Amino acid sequence: MEPDDEIYANGEADSSNSRNRPIISSEQLDIEAYAGLYTGRTKITRLLFIADQCGQNNNTVMQMEALRMAYEEIKKGENTQLFRDVVHKIDGRLGDNYGMDSAWCEMVDRRADQRKEKLENELNAYRTNLIKESIRMGYNDFGDYYYAHGSLAEAFKSYVRTRDYCTTSKHVIHMCMSAILVSIEMGQFTHVTSYINKAEQTADALDPNTVSKLRCAAGLANLDAKKYKLAARKFLEVGPELGNSYNEVIAPQDVATYGGLCALASFDRMELKNKVIDSINFRNFLELVPEVRELIHDFYSSHYASCLDYLGNLKANLMLDIHLHDHVQTLYDQIRNKALIQYTHPFVSVDLHMMANAFKTTVASLEKELEALITDNQIQARIDSHNKILYARHADQRNATFQRVLQTGSEFDRDVRAMLLRANLIKLEYKASRKP
Amino acid sequence: MATVESLVAQIQGLSSSAGDLSLLLTHLKQADEFLHNESTRLLPFLEQLDPTLHSLGYLYILEACTSWPVTNEQARRLVLILSRFLTSCVADQIRLAPEKFISVCKSFKDQVLMLEAPIRGVLPLLEAVKKLRSSEHLTTLHPDFLQLCLLAKCYKTGLSILEDDIFEVDQPRDFYLYCYYGGMICIGQKRFQKALELLQNVVTAPMSSINAIAVEAFKKYVLVSLIYNGQQFSTSLPKYTSSAAQRNLKTICQPYIELANTYSIGKISELESYIQTNREKFDSDNNLGLVKQVVSSMYKRNIQRLTQTYLTLSLQDIANTVQLSSPKEAEMHVLQMIQDGEIYATINQRDGMVRFLEDPEQYKTCEMIEHIDSSIQRIMTLSKKLTAMDELISCDPSYLAKVGRERQRFDFDDFDPVPQKFNI
Repeated sequence: MEPDDEIYANGEADSSNSRNRPIISSEQLDIEAYAGLYTGRTKITRLLFIADQCGQNNNTVMQMEALRMAYEEIKKGENTQLFRDVVHKIDGRLGDNYGMDSAWCEMVDRRADQRKEKLENELNAYRTNLIKESIRMGYNDFGDYYYAHGSLAEAFKSYVRTRDYCTTSKHVIHMCMSAILVSIEMGQFTHVTSYINKAEQTADALDPNTVSKLRCAAGLANLDAKKYKLAARKFLEVGPELGNSYNEVIAPQDVATYGGLCALASFDRMELKNKVIDSINFRNFLELVPEVRELIHDFYSSHYASCLDYLGNLKANLMLDIHLHDHVQTLYDQIRNKALIQYTHPFVSVDLHMMANAFKTTVASLEKELEALITDNQIQARIDSHNKILYARHADQRNATFQRVLQTGSEFDRDVRAMLLRANLIKLEYKASRKP
Repeated sequence: MATVESLVAQIQGLSSSAGDLSLLLTHLKQADEFLHNESTRLLPFLEQLDPTLHSLGYLYILEACTSWPVTNEQARRLVLILSRFLTSCVADQIRLAPEKFISVCKSFKDQVLMLEAPIRGVLPLLEAVKKLRSSEHLTTLHPDFLQLCLLAKCYKTGLSILEDDIFEVDQPRDFYLYCYYGGMICIGQKRFQKALELLQNVVTAPMSSINAIAVEAFKKYVLVSLIYNGQQFSTSLPKYTSSAAQRNLKTICQPYIELANTYSIGKISELESYIQTNREKFDSDNNLGLVKQVVSSMYKRNIQRLTQTYLTLSLQDIANTVQLSSPKEAEMHVLQMIQDGEIYATINQRDGMVRFLEDPEQYKTCEMIEHIDSSIQRIMTLSKKLTAMDELISCDPSYLAKVGRERQRFDFDDFDPVPQKFNI
């Protein structure tokens, strides 16, 4: 097939396919379904995050919906501080049912104080008796207590204190998992990484489920550190055992989305095929989020327009994700650049009109994007701006070597001369210092 | 008591063979004080001597004549005699009394400057430098000569001296001045690579305290490296730079460092506004012309980058990307760069398109091979010289004494064959 035909086929296939294919419209996030994926504290924080984001975008309907669900969720727990915050945020806009419930707060606080006292008494008793296991349990209860009441730093401290009283590796794992959970909530991903390492060192007590949880946590930590490739690898290693067991941190849908996007942004074609598309493990996750599955397949089979369409549709929802929102733009840019590079790679010459068509953009803006990539040396090509054609450029190794040799030679020449001069000046200096 | 007449007779008699000359030299040394006392009435006697045949004697008498401050009128006469002497004297004879020769040349330079005609001094002094120097040796006359070249704007003549390698130096100050003036001459000829090398020599030279020459050189060094290297310029100096320079230069030359930082952002408008606000500082340093060249180098660099990305591009697009005001101006820039061999391109005036070409050099010609071969030879000689120098210094008793003093105790453990004290 002639290269030109190929482009033609590419562009044409895209436009016809996308017409037939049901594109998931950029409908608003179904908050109810979304919140249903999670349990525990993360559900509340995620809802509050959505509310904040919607508040910034003046999307009051969604904001209120999120706040309402958060309110209900908090009411089930014991975190009065968070409750007050949410009530303040709602500010009476949801009617009387969602106002300040001081009686509830007082009751919860009173109960909490009683419980704390009880726990303190118990812990003191254990410590005087020096029973290791009981002390561990005591601190652990304290951790749970603090966690439920929202003082994360205290909870973290209590969990870490159990470390000295761990007798079996199961206990160590338990301690690590609790510490990781709290650190993720706090956004302290350095702690997360160190406790993952600690947990992985006690290999004998790791069951597949825990391993998967650790992978998720590691993936999140790497994502936070903008190490997308490592994050992708970690998410891809998550086993199917995870299921819904880690809902207090991450839903399996998230594993698919995070992993898929990071992989697209950072893997080359080979790796994408071997580790993502052909991975039986990960396929199960991808089934949960068909959009991501489709866009990865589109990307791999070079249907960039529909791939970018999917990405565009997903974007609004991804911006509402508590872990991903910061990275969406970077990941999108990287994926787009990758697509551009992959598109140009096999050809000697590319018609920019065709290419702009395939990427659903104008020739002028495509030219700008390509220019940036060429300047970055990511695409070896040059643009014929007159005829709007991109020509691949094959570096002439021989000429480049000659150039480098001559340059290195003259640099060496210059350096040695400068060195001799400096040596002479130094000689003068010590001769002068000797005379007086 | 010798008289001037008898001395002249001696000079005339004893100027032929080498033995005679050394005899004459002792006579002249004895008579030196007397000559200086008689200096006012010596000039007429010079006419009895031939500057070529009796160079040594001529030199002594001339030196005595010029050892006093002279008036404008006298200078006019003396300059004539001096330039005749400098062009026609014999190298073998004047080298017997180098310090006399240098003093004569210095006063020659002063007189030329007094007459405000530096161009009259350029050629005689070039002759003088050529006669006095031995290979690879920097004489005191080098900086004076270069200064005259600069003042007379005879940059090409100056380059002829700069092209020779210099390794041996008597006075650090001479060396600094030589490099500084040399750098300026190269800038005048737009030989920025050479200029950069010379200026860098000053900036990185070993020095125990900072000096004004190094400060001025550093300012020009920053500007020239922006012109020549563009954005790759880093404000950190090489690690072998003396600590005095590293500590002080950046704080003293703050506006220049900031200029470099602004340049690295890559926006013409910001660069220009920065220059506008700091215009007086650059102007008072006499560097405004160079600063303007920095700005135009940014245009060039941006155009050069386009050649990496585009095969063809309309002049309008070039003007837009490089932030030039009109396609006409872009055309001028591109044309100039093609002429200077900085880019390879053709302009199609009918469509207003520029077609960028690849470097036509294929590295296949005999000349290229010869060039490479000679470079290899040269580098081999240089590195042999470096090894020899290294050995020489590490065996030099005075060096070892100095290093030994600084390192009182010599344990076997910390013994290393090459002392690390000096990073050359």
